[in-house]
Amino acid sequence: MAGTGLEYKGVSQIYGPIMVIENVRDVGFDELVEVKVQSGETRLGRVTEVTRKAVTIQVFEGTSGLSLSKTRTRFLGKPLEVPVSMEMLGRVMNSFGEPIDGHPRFFSEDRRDINGFPMNPTAREYPRDFIQTGISAIDGLASLVRGQKLPVFSGPGLSHNALAAQIVRQAKIRNESEEFYVVFIAMGLEHDDAAFFRNSFEETGAIKNVAMFLNLADDPPVERIITPRAGLTLAEYLAFEHDAHVLVLLTDMTNYCEALREVSSSMEEVPSRKGYPGYMYSDLASIYERAGRITGKKGSITQMPILTMPNDDITHPIPDLTGYITEGQIVLSRSLETQNIYPPITITTSLSRLMKDGIGKGRTREDHADVASQLYAAYAQYNAVKSLATIIGEEGLVSRDKEYLRFGERLERAFVNQGRDENRSIEQTLSIAWDTLAQLPDEELTRIHPQYIQQYLPKIASEVK
Amino acid sequence: MGRRQQKTQAKGSIIRVTGPVVEADGMAQAVMHELVAVGSERLVGEVIRLDGEIATIQVYENTSGLKLNEEVFGTGNPLSVELGPGLVGNVFDGIQRPLETLRERMGPFIQHGQRVVPISRDKKWFFTPASKVGGVVGSGDVLGTVQETGLIEHRILVPIGITGKIVNLAGEGEYTVTETIATLRVNGSEVEVQMLQRWPVRQPRPFKRRLPTYAPLITGQRVIDTFFPIAKGGSAAIPGGFGTGKTITQQQLAKWSNANLIVYVGCGERGNEMVDVLTSFPQLIDPSSGKPLMQRTILIANTSNMPVSAREASIYTGITIAEYYRDMGYDVALMADSTSRWAEALREVSGRLEEMPAEEGFPSYLPSRLAEFYERTGVVETLGSGNRAGSICAIGAVSPPGGDFSEPVTQHTKRFTRVFWALDPELADARHYPAINWMQSYSGYIGNVSAWWTKEVTKEWDSYRIQAMRILQLEDDLKNIVKLVGPEALPDRQRLVLETARIIRTAFLQQNALDPVDTYSVPLKQFKMLKIIVDFHKLGERIVSRGAPLFKVTQLPVLTDIMRMKTAVPNDKLDQLDEIDRRMHQYFENLEATMR
Repeated sequence: MAGTGLEYKGVSQIYGPIMVIENVRDVGFDELVEVKVQSGETRLGRVTEVTRKAVTIQVFEGTSGLSLSKTRTRFLGKPLEVPVSMEMLGRVMNSFGEPIDGHPRFFSEDRRDINGFPMNPTAREYPRDFIQTGISAIDGLASLVRGQKLPVFSGPGLSHNALAAQIVRQAKIRNESEEFYVVFIAMGLEHDDAAFFRNSFEETGAIKNVAMFLNLADDPPVERIITPRAGLTLAEYLAFEHDAHVLVLLTDMTNYCEALREVSSSMEEVPSRKGYPGYMYSDLASIYERAGRITGKKGSITQMPILTMPNDDITHPIPDLTGYITEGQIVLSRSLETQNIYPPITITTSLSRLMKDGIGKGRTREDHADVASQLYAAYAQYNAVKSLATIIGEEGLVSRDKEYLRFGERLERAFVNQGRDENRSIEQTLSIAWDTLAQLPDEELTRIHPQYIQQYLPKIASEVK
Repeated sequence: MGRRQQKTQAKGSIIRVTGPVVEADGMAQAVMHELVAVGSERLVGEVIRLDGEIATIQVYENTSGLKLNEEVFGTGNPLSVELGPGLVGNVFDGIQRPLETLRERMGPFIQHGQRVVPISRDKKWFFTPASKVGGVVGSGDVLGTVQETGLIEHRILVPIGITGKIVNLAGEGEYTVTETIATLRVNGSEVEVQMLQRWPVRQPRPFKRRLPTYAPLITGQRVIDTFFPIAKGGSAAIPGGFGTGKTITQQQLAKWSNANLIVYVGCGERGNEMVDVLTSFPQLIDPSSGKPLMQRTILIANTSNMPVSAREASIYTGITIAEYYRDMGYDVALMADSTSRWAEALREVSGRLEEMPAEEGFPSYLPSRLAEFYERTGVVETLGSGNRAGSICAIGAVSPPGGDFSEPVTQHTKRFTRVFWALDPELADARHYPAINWMQSYSGYIGNVSAWWTKEVTKEWDSYRIQAMRILQLEDDLKNIVKLVGPEALPDRQRLVLETARIIRTAFLQQNALDPVDTYSVPLKQFKMLKIIVDFHKLGERIVSRGAPLFKVTQLPVLTDIMRMKTAVPNDKLDQLDEIDRRMHQYFENLEATMR
């Protein structure tokens, strides 16, 4: 669709982020629009409806300062595109892919439609390979697999930002010869948090492999809707044209969904649950489903969307719809946070659906699946014992139950808990797991193959010597 | 036939575009649900509302870039599917575009405006005639057969609405789907019949009459077959929040159920899940025939990031294909994962049409659409001679927001399906799979299928499943007391109930989809396992009532074998179960003897 290049002066209606122009010819749905404000500033927008009478335009940077008579509009005849370039690594960009870090412009190798195209299901390759985050609770129990989308469900005030920064600094693939990059997409981030992330990446030098897309809390909400798409467009370019493995962190999806609701209601759409638009599932899927691998291509896109559950409620539409699309979830818990356990990852509800195919011999270690299964089972038992102990008292427990209590506490304190700069290899993670399992009587380790118990369980290993 | 018709077909121009909904003027000639080509890219659309000259069109592809005044062409046909050899083993999107072919043409991403025919025109099929020249045939009669895959013999039927005398019939040999294989004289004129036929998706295919459901759809899943069975020709709902295992359950049914053909509709779900099916099914072997499961499977994949209106169509595409194979006399099972995403697609389009919303923004016609869909299931006597019976059973996953079953899609689906497999997040968290809650689930087919069990497996099926169910019910009642006082405070009889219930839960209801033996249990294995557990309870009860301490019962040496029998005893070595049964009875007899 080639643009007409015609410039229109004047607008007939402005409300919220929306403006309406009448008597416009030859305009396409979803087309990009350039809006010139009186002051000379240029903004971008997109066509959300065309009718014979009028064209409805959503202005990304908001409509503040626009006047009915003086606004000039030009239709560009193409959807919104962002630049993509290897030079974007190490840089900080806004939602349009323009640098905002004060450094010179980069050479853009191409421009791409931010919406991309849906991946043909028959072209997908099933995700199989492990990504090491250096976080025991994730690597050991809910492993991240290349091509997966694994969200972090947090709550307001929990330490998800520290966790996100740590994952960006530490994440790596086991095969060092392949390229690994991080695309960090921040939506509605407060200035303090943005500064924290930037500093954290710059100080450690991690920034050279990170492309940061930054949309701040006081940026217009409509712009927030395009931030993740801009970042994912770069991720697709890196993964499928430069054979890189790309980890995409998106924080905070709650801010994104709030923006979606705000824009939807300003367009007077029929709301669904809690005022969120009825198409929020499809909209989120258009972001999350851009994770994956393609048959015949080396690269991959792995996503870790981070969201704060309003009121810690996992049934709220944002975590709920996310959970229906993503392949598992890492859940942070307020009770662990108050016990000063970092990262406060809940073992019982955290789950990686693709873990079974991404771990084991040749990927992590042959005993990994058994160990994880045993830790889950024993931790469930620990929880049952703990609730019994609150009724009858710890003294009333039989000795085996007491051992489970010690096991569970140790699992939380030594395995889940780790330093904010502590980067554990999967071998270290598994070795801590074995130390923890050694708290239990051997006959309780029913889920582990006897051969692995011989090989890895600390006390037996020492006896053999 | 086309030319004369084309003149009267609608040709209009776009006057409004909003998301997947387009309005066009000058469409007075259009017909409701007519297929139209929209804009210069000829996007696929369907007329969903007519008002004077203006037609409202739902477009099945991304409408980005569509402009005012672009042309809209009527096709004169309703939205239809192509039917014929070449469907089985294939993967289609919601409007039946073959995804493999699309990938060959345009790479790993789906671009819009691509026209590809669903069924290959080049591939030749070996046709064997089954009728004779001179014979009179009617709708549904078999003209000949084609071995479509190792598992499916494709019967080429006389198209619906045609009765006549065969004046020409192709001999044995290879033909493409568009070559004429028969010529019929119908009311003086000659009608040519090809293997390729079409049928509008929103119109159920006709049959002679409905037949009662009788045989269960054997799924090999113990909690389903034994406790909440579904009949061939039945309908079931699987509701559950995320992470409760809807998709795994659907996939298990697609893999192991004894239908002749599986139509798996991935409707608005994950791309990686479809890949899982695509990569695992060709490697999985059908237990009864030894052939790859893909040879009896048709996949409709309209993932969540593909156009939303095509998601709405995908369910109809799936069930129409299912009806076509039913009409050949096959038992078809259709899995729809998930019907909630389909309902949401309805809601989205309804919203764009500015219709008055009913519950939670869903249109008021949601229940009638659900009813129409589930009413296309059932056992029927098909058209054509030979008293062929065929069936479709539909299993719909429901994804209730927040896992709350009181929401409209779950509630309305409950009204039109007879089996309800309620997935329980607590069971899933405890890694009890399949997480089908035995207190909330139900089946309306028990009466129908118990005759089959009596005839094919055992007379005692009904009585044993009732006894097992009663134990589970007693456990549920006791649970609250146990929470307060602990199990130790209960009398031995009740503690035995808890013990047996635990065995039923872990040794029978829990079933590991990843274990090569446990993933599928034949009906006789299911019954024998259940009988051992229930007999254990009866024998234990007797001995406890005679004053034996409970630990004598729970220390039963054969108990570890009972706990392991689901994985340890393969389907073809069921005498090992008899051996366990014998040792158990022996133990109790000895025990009783020592007590005298």
